Amino acid sequence: MPNRSLAVLSACATIGIAVAAVMLMPAEAQQAATPQQPAAGQLGRSAGQHALDIGQFPPYKPARLPDGHPDLNGYWQSMVSADWDLQDHEAQPGPKPEINGVYGAGPAGQSIVEGGEIPYRPEALAKKKKNFETRAMVDVSNDKTWHALGDPEMKCYMPGVPRANYLPYPFRIVQSSGASSPYMLISYEFASATRIIRMNSKDEAPIPAWMGWSRGRWEGDTLIVDVSGFREETWFDRAGDYHSDQLHVVERYTPVSPFHLMYEATIEDPKVFTRPWKIRFPLYRHMEQDFQLLEFKCEPFTEEMLYGRFVKRPAS
Amino acid sequence: MTHRSVATLGIPAMVIAFGSLSLLMSQAPQTARKAAAEPQRKAATPPAATSAAPAAKPNSFRTPWGDPDLQGVWNDATSTPLQRPTGVASKDILSDAEAEEFQDQLATNLSRNRRDGGSEVDVNRAYNEHWMDARRLKVTADHRTSVIVDPPDGRIPPLVPISAERQKEHDERAAALARFNAGMPNTYLDFDLPIRCVVRTDMPPYMPIIYNNDFQIVQSPGYVIIAPEMIHSARIIPVDGRPHIGKDLHEWLGDSRGHWEGNTLVLETTNFRPDTNIFQEADPATFRLTERLTRVDARTINYEYTVEDPHTWIRPWTVRIPWTRIDPAEQMYEYACYEDNYDVSHFLGGAREREKRGEVAQPIPRLPSVQ
Repeated sequence: MPNRSLAVLSACATIGIAVAAVMLMPAEAQQAATPQQPAAGQLGRSAGQHALDIGQFPPYKPARLPDGHPDLNGYWQSMVSADWDLQDHEAQPGPKPEINGVYGAGPAGQSIVEGGEIPYRPEALAKKKKNFETRAMVDVSNDKTWHALGDPEMKCYMPGVPRANYLPYPFRIVQSSGASSPYMLISYEFASATRIIRMNSKDEAPIPAWMGWSRGRWEGDTLIVDVSGFREETWFDRAGDYHSDQLHVVERYTPVSPFHLMYEATIEDPKVFTRPWKIRFPLYRHMEQDFQLLEFKCEPFTEEMLYGRFVKRPAS
Repeated sequence: MTHRSVATLGIPAMVIAFGSLSLLMSQAPQTARKAAAEPQRKAATPPAATSAAPAAKPNSFRTPWGDPDLQGVWNDATSTPLQRPTGVASKDILSDAEAEEFQDQLATNLSRNRRDGGSEVDVNRAYNEHWMDARRLKVTADHRTSVIVDPPDGRIPPLVPISAERQKEHDERAAALARFNAGMPNTYLDFDLPIRCVVRTDMPPYMPIIYNNDFQIVQSPGYVIIAPEMIHSARIIPVDGRPHIGKDLHEWLGDSRGHWEGNTLVLETTNFRPDTNIFQEADPATFRLTERLTRVDARTINYEYTVEDPHTWIRPWTVRIPWTRIDPAEQMYEYACYEDNYDVSHFLGGAREREKRGEVAQPIPRLPSVQ
């Protein structure tokens, strides 16, 4: 799923802390404590460790930049398989298993949507279904229907927000400090997509953009990014989940450990959904020695698919 | 400054451009002169007038964590040519009046209202004028006659003989370009990288072009990020002393490392793809690029680069282009290129259609040269 292995250093570190905490407890206290945590206790584990198991982070005070805001700089990547489907999904073969076998297959995954389901307007569901059925098709012979078929990810188009954050590729958050740069950047490995986040800006999007128009602000230790001004052509996943040009996304990035950001996005689009809905998952810090983004300039991988029909072939 | 795919660079802009005053990257290296003709001047000495820019004071423009501060949105447009025009080899600086005249002449040459070159030329001029970055019509503030500051004659150094293998690659590229210019490309691979929307002016070293000459710089502790508007790639440059990526990893934009020398950010870029026309048809295996960015004052960065390739030129050469801070209200836009790159299907579809009709390729008319 992730294109490079994530160092799951966090797991080692937190297990270490949990073990240390248990060892520091007097033996009697340990015995007294365990019966109150039956599920964890039967395995001889602490309540703290059980909390980690179900995705609860212990309290955390983040490192800060000179301006006092938490330092989010780093290479981050999700570990969810939401790019295949935001909602619950079983393992699935890729588009041409008779050629590719398991290459291109999708892993199973649990929904990252709060409440499990995306609240589509009844009439909007048909388009999702059609998107899915035509996700691996393209036709660029007519400018007016250029984007009518196919998952934009398959065509190496910019992925939009929030999809960029759960594509199986890393990205870097670039955060300055001080008055001379009222901007943050997020640079994604996939298709070299880049977002400029205008801090404390009230300016409206001048034109629609694939990656939207991002305005940021701090609320305590959480970076909130309000994203609007989207082109309507991006999708949320390979399952065909989509939006209109009315998409409005509010993202929340909260540091919950030195190695994790909790990411939440509230998604609103009155043309497609009956109410705002929310996704939530952690982002993991890449901890490999000297990690960096490498190019994933995927345009050349798609030119034959898009334009092959117009190429001059030797007469056969 | 346009937000979506105008693969315009490719079409008339790249073909007609500015005549011989062009700064286009396609400027032919074969115009280089014989080595013997080079004036005997100290190679590294910049023309005198370039030092007239106010020197950056030590410790001014610092980030809160103490690095020199290059942050902002900058523009490198200029009409000063890459090479000093032939015939004025000894003249490195224009007077105010000469600079004015040069700019007037350029504006006249490019004006869509000339109506003296036939209808196709008219259309091309009008097309280019629509996209033209107005800053692109102005010479650099120091009035140099070329952005090349070394060699002292302002010209690309003479070429060295190249291997038969590289000559074959060059010939193949030239043939593909000729098919494209004649409106009869065989395949998308006949287009160059900007038209294919793989890279555009984001491949270092940076050169001004007809439009979209903006760069946003953001810094964080240990990093400098240069984000050229075209094409939306962010160049993430560690300035923490780490080594380059492994020698088997190659990138279109290369792999950059930076370090500070006083107020100057010095960038070394390696690991270019071996199959790419990286810069002036240099050999990616031996090409060396060093860029230097120096904050000169509140509104200016001096951008300087030195290129070196014993397989291409007899000596290194150096370019200096001032970057001007742009008005904050004049912002960076998303330059989506590949997403609506209609040109590729139009060019190829058109060529196939013309073949069916038995048409023969005709070269696109060029603008008359300014000189």
